[in-house]
Amino acid sequence: MTDAAIPPTAAGAKDLRSLVQSRLKARQAQEARFKFYGQLAIVLALSFLVVLLGRIIHQGASTFFDYRMSVAVYIDPAKVQRDDVASANFDLLVAEAVMVKLGEKDDEYGETSAKAMELLSNDLGFQLLSQVRDDPSLIGKTVTVTGPVRADAALYYKGQIKRSTPQGDRKLDDRQLAWLDRIKSMGMVSGGFNTQFLTRSDSTEPEQAGVLGAVVGSAMMLLVTAVLAVPIGMLAATYLEEFAPKNRWTDIIEVNINNLAAVPSIVYGLLGLAVFINWLHVPRSSPLLGGLVLALMALPTVIIATRAALKAVPPSIREAALGVGASKTQTVFHHVLPLAMPGVMTGAILSLAHALGETAPLLMIGMVSFVPGVPQAVTEAATVLPVQVFIWENASERAFHERTAGAIIVLLIFMIVMNLAAILLRRRFERRW
Amino acid sequence: MITWAAMAALLIFSACAYVIGRRRLVAAVAAGAQPHSRPGYHGAYLTLWAAVPALLLLLVHIGFSSRIEAALLQAEAPAVVRTMDAQQQRVFFDDAISLSQGQTRSETTYDAAVQAALDAKAAEARRLDQGVRLTVLVLAVVLAAGGFLIALRRLAPDFRARNRVEGWTAALFIACSVVAVLTTAGIVASLAFESWRFFQMVSPIDFLFGTDWDPQIAMRADQYASKGAFGAVPLFVGTFLVMLVAMVVAAPIGLFAAIYLAEYAGGWTRAVVKPLLEVLAGVPTVVYGFFAALTVGPLFRAGFNAIGAQLIGGPLNELGVYLGQVQNQMALVAGAVMGIMLIPFVCSLSDDILNAVPQSLRDGSLAMGATKSETVKKVVLPAALPGVMGALLLAVSRAVGETMIVTMAAGLQARMTLNPLDSVTTVTVQIVTLLTGDQEFDSAKTLSAFGLGLTLFAVTLALNIVALRIVQKYREQYD
Repeated sequence: MTDAAIPPTAAGAKDLRSLVQSRLKARQAQEARFKFYGQLAIVLALSFLVVLLGRIIHQGASTFFDYRMSVAVYIDPAKVQRDDVASANFDLLVAEAVMVKLGEKDDEYGETSAKAMELLSNDLGFQLLSQVRDDPSLIGKTVTVTGPVRADAALYYKGQIKRSTPQGDRKLDDRQLAWLDRIKSMGMVSGGFNTQFLTRSDSTEPEQAGVLGAVVGSAMMLLVTAVLAVPIGMLAATYLEEFAPKNRWTDIIEVNINNLAAVPSIVYGLLGLAVFINWLHVPRSSPLLGGLVLALMALPTVIIATRAALKAVPPSIREAALGVGASKTQTVFHHVLPLAMPGVMTGAILSLAHALGETAPLLMIGMVSFVPGVPQAVTEAATVLPVQVFIWENASERAFHERTAGAIIVLLIFMIVMNLAAILLRRRFERRW
Repeated sequence: MITWAAMAALLIFSACAYVIGRRRLVAAVAAGAQPHSRPGYHGAYLTLWAAVPALLLLLVHIGFSSRIEAALLQAEAPAVVRTMDAQQQRVFFDDAISLSQGQTRSETTYDAAVQAALDAKAAEARRLDQGVRLTVLVLAVVLAAGGFLIALRRLAPDFRARNRVEGWTAALFIACSVVAVLTTAGIVASLAFESWRFFQMVSPIDFLFGTDWDPQIAMRADQYASKGAFGAVPLFVGTFLVMLVAMVVAAPIGLFAAIYLAEYAGGWTRAVVKPLLEVLAGVPTVVYGFFAALTVGPLFRAGFNAIGAQLIGGPLNELGVYLGQVQNQMALVAGAVMGIMLIPFVCSLSDDILNAVPQSLRDGSLAMGATKSETVKKVVLPAALPGVMGALLLAVSRAVGETMIVTMAAGLQARMTLNPLDSVTTVTVQIVTLLTGDQEFDSAKTLSAFGLGLTLFAVTLALNIVALRIVQKYREQYD
């Protein structure tokens, strides 16, 4: 630009050429640098994704593999009273059966059996108790029970507790590790797919904890959210897009909806606490309450998605329907909404997927409590998957960290399925006008 | 249980009403009448009148009857009960209601006089409950039958049933739109009300400008340090620090990624990268929190400790000692992971905005001999600047309101520091900590969470309004 001001003499032209040439090089270098920054940003963003998912799969994959132990236990009539089965120490019985196999004798303080019990899940004892209680004729016979090994023992089998760590720094001492090796070589322990993680609910013992209760809780909560947010959001969006007169009130509603979509989710939790719990007395920590709160949270996104889908339906469709004598309502319900439905459903599924992963508002409404069972109704106390992740992450035992990553994998699988459903829906029914 | 049966009966009744309405018109048409509306609308009109009023009554009954009954019960307390304190009275009435419903009561031991009063109250509660339920059922039957008959009398072949039914639909439409407004009203009202109670205990000036945050509440009145301090400035500083770190990570990466996608990338790259970024955006924040707490935190700590170990004994001895003591829970960890979370958000918003810049501007610049990067820097970005600023403001608002990452990866210590290696706490972390666990709704400690919530809501709302305004204005500029 300023170059043009240089007088076009012969010498000047030569100068100009070299000047331009040298600047051109700098400019091209700058261009390459700028493009490289862009590529670097993309690569960085994607590598974050890879590291995040890779790390979680790496931590959580071992959850789906566990070690189960089968023990044949002789139910000693001297130790189990027929009329008072529950008072017997079945954990000790199992531990003694294992010690017999190992050729160990208990000392007078019971330290050896205590150490053996540290390796065995008390699930074995529970199984024994319930079997004997149901059928007292088992007393005096030998019963075989199968159950998981204690979480720390499983960690050793998985190589996460290492012999190389000094004895004082690990949960299990050398003697216990030697036992574990021998138990394994005797074939009492077998590894396999961890079905219990998917068929059990939360527990204080890591090896017995599973995600079923949380999955059922999440499903119930999502159902409540969907039943409330999708129809209400759809109708509200249809009204605003197709019927509402353009005046100050509808402007306010519109600005309001856009802002609601950006309100921090924790504020919805405060709303749920103040309005639904303290004022309306909806049962605390129930899927019903969580679903109500998340429905309010998902509503603006459903509305925005529906409006976008309605906008995409060309006016000619409406004009044709009105032209053959349909009323405004008939036009919308018979023609516009059905054509917008794929877009509406895609938006609804995406906002439900978002609601599935939401945690913060649920902490406000008491969903952080320990719930050991599967909820039977929407008004019962329940826990949901993301909150289960939060609870386990807070647990001090190391075995729970593995479970946390396992629960995250289950959560991510659900989210991926929902997102895929949305994408497929869009691909299958998308229509360009 | 009876109420649910009544609902089912109502459903069947209104289905019958539909069939009756339809049949009548079809018969009239067969007899040669000229109807205004199609038969379905006649049926629907009857159904609406038969079902809606009774249904509303039943819903109100399910929602509120037990509370009205409880209030009626407590209106006249027996003399023995009136001498008890408020807590005991509440237990007494709860027990009376549980007994009347055949459930087990609390394990309080009552003496004979109170026990007699309890039994009397339980009997009264049972009578009351039966009375209310009977009244509601009779009323519901009257409403359903009455509505049905009124509607039936109006139905005639020339009746404008379609317009009437569409009137009902319009009402439903408006009711649904109002829910969104009610949500905002509910948020504002609940936050304002609880905050007002809080500000009666703690002055708003102390709250907004105090520099000491220590929300302890005494168990006993004479306990040492019983007051607790509610100066929220350290929380604001912590929130600001984490937000700043997050934006330092997210803004350049997100913006450059958007520029590359909008200006350089071919269709294929966009088709691959955009969905992958959507995956990153769809990961729940609790997962980011887990990642921050168990992966990034220990990693950063080990790194800084190693650097510190190198520096100890050298000219930077003090820095080395400091770095050797860095903990997992630093503002840097929470901020960095939050930044990763915000990258796709910044990227997709900026991408939209860059794409809205008219191609003619780019063509003009390129025709003048500018390179692509010069076009972006001197033409596209200046044109898109307001929109990009709006997008960044929206990201700031997200960062301020983000909860799970900071709850899991930032600390609980309220500190006035801008050092990203220190552990800080944020507004959202404090809200979570104050409100999880046991809550007493008359203590300043619990209520302070609502004060924080109100501040958070006000700040994010202001940011959103400004940002959305800017983005909107910008879009209109090139439409």
